[in-house]
Amino acid sequence: MNLFQSLITTLLAAVLTDNYVLSRSIGICPFLGVSKKLSSSLGMGAAVIFVMGCAAAATYPIYQLLAMLHLEYLQTVAFILIIALFVQLVEIAMKKLLPPLYRALGVYLPLITTNCAVLNVTLNNIDDGYSYGMAIWNAICVGIGFTIALVIFSGVRSRIEAADIPETFKGIPATLVAAALVSVSFTAFSGMI
Amino acid sequence: MKNKGYLHEFTKGLLKENPTLVGLLGMCPTLAVTSQAFNALGMGLATMFVLVGSNLMISLLRKVIPATVKLPCYIVIIAGFVTIVDFLLHGFLPELHENLGTFLSLITVNCIILGRAEMFASKNPPLPSVLDGLGMGAGFTLSLLAIGTIREILGAGSWMAGTPIAIVFPDAFPTLSIFSSTAGGFLTLGVLVALAGLLTKKKPPAEVGCAACPMAGSCTGCTAAPEGKEETA
Repeated sequence: MNLFQSLITTLLAAVLTDNYVLSRSIGICPFLGVSKKLSSSLGMGAAVIFVMGCAAAATYPIYQLLAMLHLEYLQTVAFILIIALFVQLVEIAMKKLLPPLYRALGVYLPLITTNCAVLNVTLNNIDDGYSYGMAIWNAICVGIGFTIALVIFSGVRSRIEAADIPETFKGIPATLVAAALVSVSFTAFSGMI
Repeated sequence: MKNKGYLHEFTKGLLKENPTLVGLLGMCPTLAVTSQAFNALGMGLATMFVLVGSNLMISLLRKVIPATVKLPCYIVIIAGFVTIVDFLLHGFLPELHENLGTFLSLITVNCIILGRAEMFASKNPPLPSVLDGLGMGAGFTLSLLAIGTIREILGAGSWMAGTPIAIVFPDAFPTLSIFSSTAGGFLTLGVLVALAGLLTKKKPPAEVGCAACPMAGSCTGCTAAPEGKEETA
């Protein structure tokens, strides 16, 4: 399989068949929390794509270093610290260098440290034995899949707002049931790749 | 705390402040590993172990950890306990370790644990903190077991498959494979949250996110959101 094919396959897998949010239930908290409005979905999605790509780029060499020293068991501790540190650095750098981007994405950055999707994508890159370039590409694709799930769901939620729902199900229960329906629609893609 | 005693620290997590069904925290493992009751139970107990351990450590160190770097400190303590659980399961229950996969590592970012560290253990002595960890952990485990039981019976027609006490229903038992998929997880959780709302006579929370997020108080990203509910210690 040539490079182009594997790039496309990774993208389709991350967005459609193996979507982190809708097929693997990772990153549910931001999915339910930030998907109320289209603008915040897009902002959160963009911030996640950015942080995931950078986190993958930063953790991969660290893992190689740990593997060299036979300290693989430290990967969870090391990765989460790098991600936390990295999010802080990005926030500071963005504030100084790119104020317009900071105004758009800044509020979502601290929420990303405890977003399990970011930690999971870095761990998965190691488990699946990707090369350095593919690891970063995979992380970006997963971020795109996350964003698409958020954007679709924000559309669904705006319709729920207007619906007449029994008192007991108002709020989160109705949102969860709607998420189940969106997730069912994505199962149609399974077996595509 | 003085009025209600230590028992209250344990029992509040079971239903009234149940982290999963009332607090809506730790959604990812709640949905991801509950297609089988045994995995759900294992995940719940592993999280409980980390929660009790990290609550104890953080409570003991609460006067040592400087406020400015408390989050990294908490995360390191929690990640340390996660690594211990990872090793223990790998050694003694390799099958469960295989089933849970990366979700074991993801206990590190489970917001229940960081939330209890921030809201309770950092402000209370060790004994109440351990009881709080046990209660919250038990509440989490019970909710996961409930979701896992419903999903496994409806989705696979069995209960506790892979264990000595496994019950397998006859082939005639109708199964709905949707309950084994992620969609079934969302659906089951939605119904249970509604049910918990009925039982606790509280309205289900309007949304997840900053309002329910335990970090709301200290997180600078949540200025627009209402303050997270504070623990009255």
